[in-house]
Amino acid sequence: MNLSVRKFDAVVVGAGGSGMRAALELARAKLKVAVLSKVFPTRSHTVAAQGGIAASLGNSSEDNWHWHMYDTVKGSDYLGDQDAIEYMCRRAVEVVVELEHMGMPFDRLDNGKIYQRPFGGHTQDYGSPKMAMRACAAADRTGHAMLHTLYQQNVKANTQFFVEWMALDLIRDPSGRVIGVVALEMETGEVHVLQSKAVLLATGGSGRIFYSSTNAFINTGDGLGMAIRAGIPLQDMEFFQFHPTGVYGAGVLITEGVRGEGGYLLNKNGERFMERYAPNAKDLASRDVVSRAMTLEIQEGRGCGPNGDHVLLKLDHLGADVIDKRLPGIREIAIKFANADPIKDPIPVVPTVHYQMGGVPANYMGQVVVPGANGPEEIVPGLYAVGECSCVSVHGANRLGTNSLLDLVVFGKAAGEQIVRDVRALPESHPDLPKDAADRPLARLAHLDSASSGERVVDVSTDLRRAMQLHCGVFRFPQMLKDGVTKMQEIAARAERVFIQDKSKVFNTARIEALELDNMVQSALATVVSAEARTESRGAQARDDFKDRDDANWLKHTLYFPDGRLEYKPVHMKPLTVDAFEPKVRTY
Amino acid sequence: MLERLAQEKLKWKCRRGLLELDIVLERMLRTKLDGLDEKTLAELEVLLELPDNDLWDIVKGKSDDYAPSLNEMVAMLRGL
Repeated sequence: MNLSVRKFDAVVVGAGGSGMRAALELARAKLKVAVLSKVFPTRSHTVAAQGGIAASLGNSSEDNWHWHMYDTVKGSDYLGDQDAIEYMCRRAVEVVVELEHMGMPFDRLDNGKIYQRPFGGHTQDYGSPKMAMRACAAADRTGHAMLHTLYQQNVKANTQFFVEWMALDLIRDPSGRVIGVVALEMETGEVHVLQSKAVLLATGGSGRIFYSSTNAFINTGDGLGMAIRAGIPLQDMEFFQFHPTGVYGAGVLITEGVRGEGGYLLNKNGERFMERYAPNAKDLASRDVVSRAMTLEIQEGRGCGPNGDHVLLKLDHLGADVIDKRLPGIREIAIKFANADPIKDPIPVVPTVHYQMGGVPANYMGQVVVPGANGPEEIVPGLYAVGECSCVSVHGANRLGTNSLLDLVVFGKAAGEQIVRDVRALPESHPDLPKDAADRPLARLAHLDSASSGERVVDVSTDLRRAMQLHCGVFRFPQMLKDGVTKMQEIAARAERVFIQDKSKVFNTARIEALELDNMVQSALATVVSAEARTESRGAQARDDFKDRDDANWLKHTLYFPDGRLEYKPVHMKPLTVDAFEPKVRTY
Repeated sequence: MLERLAQEKLKWKCRRGLLELDIVLERMLRTKLDGLDEKTLAELEVLLELPDNDLWDIVKGKSDDYAPSLNEMVAMLRGL
């Protein structure tokens, strides 16, 4: 092996909210840390989060972390791990105040405290009809404000960024410890080994595996592909949240804040149909409930438009002032991507893939855990995962809005703290690298460089996204799922045979897209295989043949292994300090 | 027309954190890439250095916070 080798205490793969929060902890502890990002850090998908970050500050209404915990457990359809959920809700106040002190420009009340707004699924007093005002926001730019704040803090702390570097694979030693990553520097086309005592995956979700998606093009599940190729299973990948209000035809998101401010959904008869499905929360019920109701309206012939394939989001009654002041940006999105001005006209919307609840299995310290001889959750030394690419699991079968930005900072910080402890306990020197450390990624690149014929990347990735949308969408049917597994296996085989015309070494985007396709294939296979096997409806998994939640058989986490095998492990029903919330029928 | 390396670097700078920009910039690459020269590329690159939400505000016409020399390029992006 004749590659350049650099040595670090910690390598963070991904520079979104969770990766940067973790990196900040590491840099402040004076660890030698490298952050790899395939795009410039402040162009990470965290910038797209509009609505807010949940924390029971109690500034705008009475609130406490236990109510927040109840809402999160219930929202997860009882698949969330209650120890991790308690941990997150308790640390929420601390991490939000910390962001405020870093200079994040939150909206404020007249008394100077952070303004908080209501958001779907967040209630007072354990699910009472009264909404909790728990979402802290920076206008409609909360994610943007958070990401820029964290980036500036990292610059100040001297974090070393490797921009336009794509991580390709993890390096494990014979004992299974993760001891580094292999990465491609786009500018030169060179492959490098980054040896490290800790590797943190913070690569975001894989929402681009679906045809209709609110996710940016970069969300190709790179960390998930790396994990699978290193023999690490993926957890609960069947659970993808469909956001109720993606702009019909484009996928662009209309934030839930629109309904928080009083917007509501209509079917073709002009009926506010959510009153039938969720009499209390109505249009502010959790996302899976709203998505399913919209799909039923469409399936039962009450959809709008010439093809009856969408519903309408009405907000003209809020008035131009409220729309412009409280919901800036929404009007322009509707005009550009839906050709509708919401001050006069409703916006055509459909449920659109938005968020991946599953991912690399991790505990609430960010340590990656896999089944082993001593139980279902043995720590993989040296490997950590946070953010959307991880499954902690605080979101379970369905995530509440505003809990994702919270997840990023709570677990980014927690993983950073854990890495500092672990690295300080390790010897100063790095272990020897295995001789074959970079063989797999180098062989893959060699194939792409030499193949003169085969499948085009764009054809395979388009077929992959279409197949996932059709076979594994918001409503799932048994035969479609079975066929979807076969179809994805065929697509995976085709992806092996892709070729690229541009053989240039330097800055070759075709090569990057081929490597991204490999990662999307792994995420898509894990998703459809896990969805086909779970014969119940829970949270974001809604099956036509098994309409109900089945706690007797399915109150357990799925683990999808690299060979396509599935195993299951128990949900952590025991919180850290309080009594468990026992599963109940979930109504809003 | 731009040389290959410049085109490739531009393509990657058009990978953004916001889907809205991905869509608009993909429209630009599909329809305008061959017409770009060194001068227009330099103008475009000034805009692409902006944070995603600031660039999106300009593209959707909510903000005019850019240098007058970029008028033509902004008009092109707004029209996509």
